[in-house]
Amino acid sequence: MGSARLYTAVAAGGFRRYATYRAATAAGVFTNTVFGLILVYTYIALWDERPHLGGYDQAQAVTFVWLGQALYATLAIQGGGFEAELMERIRTGEVATDLYRPADLQVWWLAADLGRSLFQLIGRGVIPFTFGVLFFPTALPDDPLRWLLFLVAVVLAMVVSFAIRYLVALSAFWLLDGTGASQVLMVTGMFCGGMALPLNAFPGALGEVVRLLPWAALLQMPADLLMGEADWASVLAFQAGWAVALLAVGRLVQSAATRRVVVQGG
Amino acid sequence: MWIRSTLAYRVSFALTALGGLVVTGLDFVAILLMFAQVDVLGGYTLPEVAFLYGLSATSFGLADLLIGSAERLGRRVRDGSLDTLLVRPAPVLAQVAADRFALRRLGRVTQGALVLGYALIALDVDWTPAKVLLLPVTLVSGAAIFGAVFVAGAAFQFVAQDASEAQAAFTYGGQTLLQYPPTVFGKELVRGVTFIVPLAFVNWVPAAHVLGRPYPLGLPGWTAFAPPLVAAGCCALAGLAWRAGLRSYRSTGS
Repeated sequence: MGSARLYTAVAAGGFRRYATYRAATAAGVFTNTVFGLILVYTYIALWDERPHLGGYDQAQAVTFVWLGQALYATLAIQGGGFEAELMERIRTGEVATDLYRPADLQVWWLAADLGRSLFQLIGRGVIPFTFGVLFFPTALPDDPLRWLLFLVAVVLAMVVSFAIRYLVALSAFWLLDGTGASQVLMVTGMFCGGMALPLNAFPGALGEVVRLLPWAALLQMPADLLMGEADWASVLAFQAGWAVALLAVGRLVQSAATRRVVVQGG
Repeated sequence: MWIRSTLAYRVSFALTALGGLVVTGLDFVAILLMFAQVDVLGGYTLPEVAFLYGLSATSFGLADLLIGSAERLGRRVRDGSLDTLLVRPAPVLAQVAADRFALRRLGRVTQGALVLGYALIALDVDWTPAKVLLLPVTLVSGAAIFGAVFVAGAAFQFVAQDASEAQAAFTYGGQTLLQYPPTVFGKELVRGVTFIVPLAFVNWVPAAHVLGRPYPLGLPGWTAFAPPLVAAGCCALAGLAWRAGLRSYRSTGS
């Protein structure tokens, strides 16, 4: 029970830490709203030309854009959050101190990152989403149960996102410099995460592949669940499957890394 | 100095430059994905959209190469390291621009130029001397307009120290906006980027002349040749904002 209290405190710390930077949060809200506006207009033009592209009608495509902007920082779709810090600690060797602490490295960072995600959802997600719903036609359900299931899907998406970024961060044990890995995270997040185009609008076999990758669990699956385009049970099972698999791989890589770790510095 | 320091690690430089090329090339891939589903977007064909994209990406890349480092100013204001720049015998703005000058940003310019090259080959335009001359003028003016936005954003960071992300809405957001034809966007938005932050002169207005398209907001024909004037005005205003910002600067002290 003691460790549960510890990790709750770590999560609360993650929340408070991001809540401190009010101007940065306001700037983020503004930026997400502007990007949402730009994307919404291009999607409307696209769906004018090809109605029902990917099985969405125009209102659903618009909803997808605003969900994407609301969850962009929450799920760190193109990176951001703890991984830069962990990579820095690995590079400088400070991670050795972390490994001696009476807390598990993976669970510690998971707790801190969940706290951050929760703050970003409230601080950066709600306003752009509300703006989008007020000024554009959207397709949202009235059923409160569906919203509840959507929130469960968002939490699972947070875990999958963490698990992906944890693996990226651990690559620093071998690469030392995290620039390349972070760039890969940006690229995959943009394309496989559906920030460029909803995954169901990807053409042909490419579409079938991206919808099976873990990034589909971040934005596409929760959005489809909310808009009634996918069955909630299969969405949650898909997300939970990837979460468990990626966390397990993270553990394996972590133990491999800590066995061969050479601490930098004196 | 920053150039020499990055070139010291040749493989790393090559990899990050290549990576940068891939990352910035992605928004064009996103456009290609859209055109895999449709033939026209907002009434514009793929070569026409590529022309808009090439113009804005190249000028944005040039501005980013020269002054993109200004984004980091907020951090310098916060940690007080701006003081170091103030006591040096060189203009602060020049030092801020040269701060961590990153040659790898050439990737963005290269990528924009490649798309522009594709557009020029694929487009069917009746070239006149005026149109040919307009191309380099547009690129340089566009770079100056984006540069002014970077400087104005940096000046704003003197006031709002940890709000550097708001700048991204105008720089990266503006560049994303200009990749698409003006016909896609709502009138209010087009009005905003024509008269308030005159990004429309980076590519939309001159491109309307080259492509023989209707001008956004029904602007008169001579405005296609206005980009240098607009750029000069933007730079003057950004310069004033920068001075005001610098004068209001109070060190963090310790």
